[in-house]
Amino acid sequence: MPGLTLSEKILSRASGRSVRAGDIAICTPDRVMGTDGSIPMALDYLSAMAPGEPAPRFPERLIFALDHYGPVSGAKALALQARARDYATKHGIRVHDVGEGIGHQLILETGAARPGELIVGADSHSTSYGAVGAFGTGIGSSDLAGLLLCGQVWLKVPGSIRIVLHGRLASDVAAKDVALWLARRLGADGAAYRALDFDGPGLATLDMDDRIVLANMSVELGAKAGLVAFDAVTARWFDDDRRRSGPPLAPLETDADAVYEDVVDVDLGAIRPQIARPHRVDDVVDVADAPPTRIDMVYLGTCTGGRVKDYREALDVLERGGGVAPGVRLVVTPASEAVRAELERTGLLARFVAFGAEVQPPGCGSCCGTCGTIPANGEHVISTANRNFKGRMGNAAASIWLASPRECARAAVRGSLGGTGAP
Amino acid sequence: MNMLPMSGRARVLGDDVSTDAIIASRRKKESIDPTVLRAYLLEDHDPRFAASVQPGDILVAGRNFGCGSAMEVAVTVVLGAGIRAVVARSFSRTYLRNAMNNGLLAVVAETGPVGEGEAVTLCVDAAGRLLLERPQGAAIECEPIAPFMLEMLDCGGLVPYLRSRGSFTGQSLPR
Repeated sequence: MPGLTLSEKILSRASGRSVRAGDIAICTPDRVMGTDGSIPMALDYLSAMAPGEPAPRFPERLIFALDHYGPVSGAKALALQARARDYATKHGIRVHDVGEGIGHQLILETGAARPGELIVGADSHSTSYGAVGAFGTGIGSSDLAGLLLCGQVWLKVPGSIRIVLHGRLASDVAAKDVALWLARRLGADGAAYRALDFDGPGLATLDMDDRIVLANMSVELGAKAGLVAFDAVTARWFDDDRRRSGPPLAPLETDADAVYEDVVDVDLGAIRPQIARPHRVDDVVDVADAPPTRIDMVYLGTCTGGRVKDYREALDVLERGGGVAPGVRLVVTPASEAVRAELERTGLLARFVAFGAEVQPPGCGSCCGTCGTIPANGEHVISTANRNFKGRMGNAAASIWLASPRECARAAVRGSLGGTGAP
Repeated sequence: MNMLPMSGRARVLGDDVSTDAIIASRRKKESIDPTVLRAYLLEDHDPRFAASVQPGDILVAGRNFGCGSAMEVAVTVVLGAGIRAVVARSFSRTYLRNAMNNGLLAVVAETGPVGEGEAVTLCVDAAGRLLLERPQGAAIECEPIAPFMLEMLDCGGLVPYLRSRGSFTGQSLPR
């Protein structure tokens, strides 16, 4: 028998038996996450599974993040949100309430996702947890209800595609460009039903923020999970922050003779800044080849592009370029309160405000059109987010472009895309 | 499989139909009731679509159906409109699992030849193969469905499955 992939190892541990790609495994996850977008419906399913909305099987494993809706979402959304909060309060579930930030960011920031764990979240970007060498995957509300009821979930063990990273990114290129390049190369369903395993000699050059972007955007290629190999960078990231202290880390690693369905070699140094055109995440071109387009709104935020490093890189471009072009709306939504506080402490937030940025409370914000500024009809938005489907930001008559924080800032300076030369 | 045979009018969609296209997030923040949301089914794709759906219609799509957000209303809204099956060249995995969990039959098949409005039938032949039959032309052989999923579908989905068993392993775990 060949060796095991990281996914096979994690899912074997979580199911208590030896499973291989293609098997259906009944797993007991180490951590389960829900959001205000998915919990209310899960509670409906739970009530249908057992009378009286029973208490959760493993309350200590649950984290509820109220990140999709905020004060601007309307009374009905707030009522749905209150239902999630009430259930959590009643049963002692850890809640990240409105304004604390995006669940994925909070789980990573606080060390609630740990190497070798199985973490499922009722939100598709739960693949983000793969950044620490965990198996993170998205589920729906009915699965969350099943987990509340019995602590178990069914998962088909995915085959794996190995992404071997070589070299080092050029100074103006970000992890976001790698993710978009992979979408361009593999397509929006290029990794469907499979796990992406990121490793190789170039991995050591990517910090944890970069790795979160790769794991987060794995789902945009259809992947079930995006697992980044645990290494010294991961270990240091846990050691360096008190918020992430906890039991000793127990990483797992892929066997040397594990079988991959495919292997993709990526020369990081050869990747140029990328941009996804409306309305497909895999309709990607080099930024240099983007067609001339007026930009109305620039969005800096989300679980993909709302961390301190992203804002630092964007601000650097804004300052070199002399600020935001007239008529461009710059919207900043930090991924978490900790990110916002750090931006404030270091003076970055004030500099954004001086450029006229509209700063929204930490959370999902404008990304999925539920609790933030939305674009007007016919507007073109460039965003650090992960998705640009028609209607994604709350208006189907707007067009969304996806790029790195630096490229979003460059578009803010120029008020447009296309043409040559840096601003 | 007790859902089959199932006949209906094919409603043909393209590749990469996202959950945001199936039901917009701005609608689901107002209500998660499928009987309300059904009026907005696929509205950003075609505002007239919801009104044109007849109970029993079968969605026939291209690749990567249900990509994007894992939101389950993108499944219940389809069921709410009276649609019992989706046949696609491939599904986003979260859509597929949400569909099966809710008793919406999600079938993978080469859907290219199927035309809009065709009367199609999903059935199992004597050899146990899952087929998509069309009025003209050869039947299309579909990918088999895993035994566990068939068992869950036969129960009517995850809710009745867990209601009768208490857990997947058939025993209530100690509390």
